[in-house]
Amino acid sequence: MQMTITINGETYADLQPGISVSELLAHLGFPETKIAVERNREIVSKSTYAKMGLRDGDVLEIITFIGGG
Amino acid sequence: MDAAELERYARQIVLREVGGAGQQALGHARVLIVGAGGLGGPAGLYLAAAGVGHIGLIDDDVVDISNLHRQIQFDTNDVGANKTTAMAQTLTALNPHIQVQEYDTKLDGENAREIIGGYDVVLDGTDNFAARFAVNAACLSTKTPLVSGALGRFDGQLAVFKMDWPKHKEGACYRCFVPEEPPDAETCASVGVVGALAGIIGSMMAMETIKIITGAGKPLYGKLFLYGGLEGEARTINLPRDPNCPECGQITL
Repeated sequence: MQMTITINGETYADLQPGISVSELLAHLGFPETKIAVERNREIVSKSTYAKMGLRDGDVLEIITFIGGG
Repeated sequence: MDAAELERYARQIVLREVGGAGQQALGHARVLIVGAGGLGGPAGLYLAAAGVGHIGLIDDDVVDISNLHRQIQFDTNDVGANKTTAMAQTLTALNPHIQVQEYDTKLDGENAREIIGGYDVVLDGTDNFAARFAVNAACLSTKTPLVSGALGRFDGQLAVFKMDWPKHKEGACYRCFVPEEPPDAETCASVGVVGALAGIIGSMMAMETIKIITGAGKPLYGKLFLYGGLEGEARTINLPRDPNCPECGQITL
């Protein structure tokens, strides 16, 4: 059984249920140090990436840190 | 307030959410702008125009011609001048009823707490993460509300941190969002930025500051506002406190 989640507006239908945020970022090749993850309109605390399991129907956005002024 | 000031601020005093009391609060407020650049410029112009009584400006840089496409507090004649001096002149010319204090220095872990402790609200429009971390730490230790803006290319980010621990245990700080300095961080100089973006986010920083001071509406506490210029889209999402945050996670609540 697999689950479907949306990442940056694109549908991913081939993910293992319960995959963690850390595993997903590694799978997609996003460097954890340069981005924040928004899950269902809330920032995911970075200290929970390894243990937070994603669920079918989750909507994620990958937010790149910017620091210019 | 004298008659000239009442006339100057008439269009905002008439607002039910501001009124005479809100205008008095603005006049008594002390606001610190860290970084007299793309964000600090428009934010400072609107806060000076609104009658914020005391504005502090921190920057150790001089005006470069490549600043002028977005740092609209300066004009061509300011190239080569100290940013704080040139911007202070612009603000006091715009509104002679306010006081502007210049700090021709770089804010760091050493001086941040001492300077920030004297202000009611701090605006962070700096151009690097080390400075953002120093501002955040000082605001956290002095419990000073922080309005944080950032720019990159066509994108803007804005968050407001109340910092009133332990009253609000859920309140995030900047490092609940950015725990560690991102490696090879992009700068406006390296990747570019559209000038109008500085006006959008800088003006929103002024708006949030006015809301904090006057009590109008609800400041973006615990929220993150994201603007994408290329798409013309914006959204506001929740930014919770990270209990293991490297900065505020150390505080015993």
